[in-house]
Amino acid sequence: MAKVPVQFTLNGSETAEFIESGTTLLNALRDKIGDTSPKGGCHQGTCGACSVIIDGELKLSCLTLAETCNGADIKTTAGLAEGGVLHPLQRAFLDAFATQCGFCTPGMIVAAKVLLDRTPNPSREDVVEALSGNICRCTGYEPIIQAVLTAARANSQNAA
Amino acid sequence: MAIRRGRGVAAINYPTGMNLGGDPTQALVHSTPTGNFMVTLSSVDLGQGMKQIMAQICAETIGVPTDRVVIDTADTDTGPHCMGTFASRGTHRAGNAVIQAAKEARQVMLEVAAEELEVNASDLDTDGQGNIQVKGAPQKSISIFDVALSAHFKRGRSISGRGMFLIPRSYPEKETGAMKPSTCYAHACTVAEVEVDDETGEVTVLTVKNVFEIGRALNPKMVEQQLVGGSWMGISHALYETTEPYYPNRDHGGTDFNQYLMPGPGDLAETEIIVLERPSADGPFGAKGPGEMCANPQIPAVANAVFDAVGVRIDTLPITPERILRALKAQAAG
Ligand code: FES
Ligand code: FES
Repeated sequence: MAKVPVQFTLNGSETAEFIESGTTLLNALRDKIGDTSPKGGCHQGTCGACSVIIDGELKLSCLTLAETCNGADIKTTAGLAEGGVLHPLQRAFLDAFATQCGFCTPGMIVAAKVLLDRTPNPSREDVVEALSGNICRCTGYEPIIQAVLTAARANSQNAA
Repeated sequence: MAIRRGRGVAAINYPTGMNLGGDPTQALVHSTPTGNFMVTLSSVDLGQGMKQIMAQICAETIGVPTDRVVIDTADTDTGPHCMGTFASRGTHRAGNAVIQAAKEARQVMLEVAAEELEVNASDLDTDGQGNIQVKGAPQKSISIFDVALSAHFKRGRSISGRGMFLIPRSYPEKETGAMKPSTCYAHACTVAEVEVDDETGEVTVLTVKNVFEIGRALNPKMVEQQLVGGSWMGISHALYETTEPYYPNRDHGGTDFNQYLMPGPGDLAETEIIVLERPSADGPFGAKGPGEMCANPQIPAVANAVFDAVGVRIDTLPITPERILRALKAQAAG
């Protein structure tokens, strides 16, 4: 099959690749571009492990064709740390012991980031709603909810 | 038709590991030329934190900081044998093997240090910060870094150790059939409070209060996180999860995460965790296996709470609205 070019911004860097037409963004990121932070859990839109941020929106990369992302601004968990300093969400997940096997973590973190970008002071219900598309097998969710609330508090203190 | 409240309690004993043809795990420990310690295992860390725990156990035994230990669990083809990570056996079996291997490595390390310091190895002790010193005379000391260099390049010694832990096979006694399936048990007790809608059969778990007796918590924060997650999983088993809802008929089994149900972040019960520590006789530093055990007591506790609420005994998992409604119907029919 003919390859098609795709070009987008990934975590602030211009990225270009030739892919088979029909390749999902998840597979393009993991297998072609080498960003393995989005995980493939179900490959059919039911687990949230593959979540990424496309032009500010939370998207499932397993249901997104890479060739529809031309010109897009894509962010993944791999791009959140700045200069070796963890993003407040990453820090909060570590401190709250909100990760065990870690498979759900990158999806949880980008889902939480989209929430906090829009709702800097979320309620517990807001957090639950924002994470409700992401499955975690290990933690029982409570430590993750607490981590997101902690990160939100840390953010608002920094802003104040 | 009403929402009815019920409360149930359950207590369990849970074996650490199993006893089929014997239950062994082996470990190897060696120092690098710069005095870091490698632990080689084929036991797998699948998220429960085995690497961290084995590093703590090795560090504590050799007498070095935990960050001087590297755990390699990479390859079951090339690593020392392990039965596997299951049956809540990892910390207990691999931990004991690591202790034995680390003790042997520590002994060689002290012997090399003794040659360097021109004292008896039995007069030496570690300071836990990466040095070896003469007992009672800490000014006479040598860094483990220098000991490792000396072992490698001057003394021709391998600072290493072999460890193995085996729970031997237990055969049933001919007369009675009695046997010893496990040497070490963890314990737990859960009280669950539920609401049951006797019109829809829906169960809401309001609170779960759990007490776990797990020997010794080698890493209390990681133990807590496992117990919190396990408590959630117990409720999930009690009320949601199945691949064959009409077993042995295979119809209507979930085939993906849309149909295989688990409670999400919006379905959480208020959860309390209390840890009791009664060190086990044969566990590494008194540890038992808290892993699978922690997802068990919630199941009978929820079943008992449902009985308390609406008076029906559901003895098939999961306790679905359908099963409750059928049981209520049978109860009404007398
Ligand atoms: S892999 Fe995309 S939602 Fe599961
Ligand atoms: S930490 Fe294992 S799935 Fe969430």
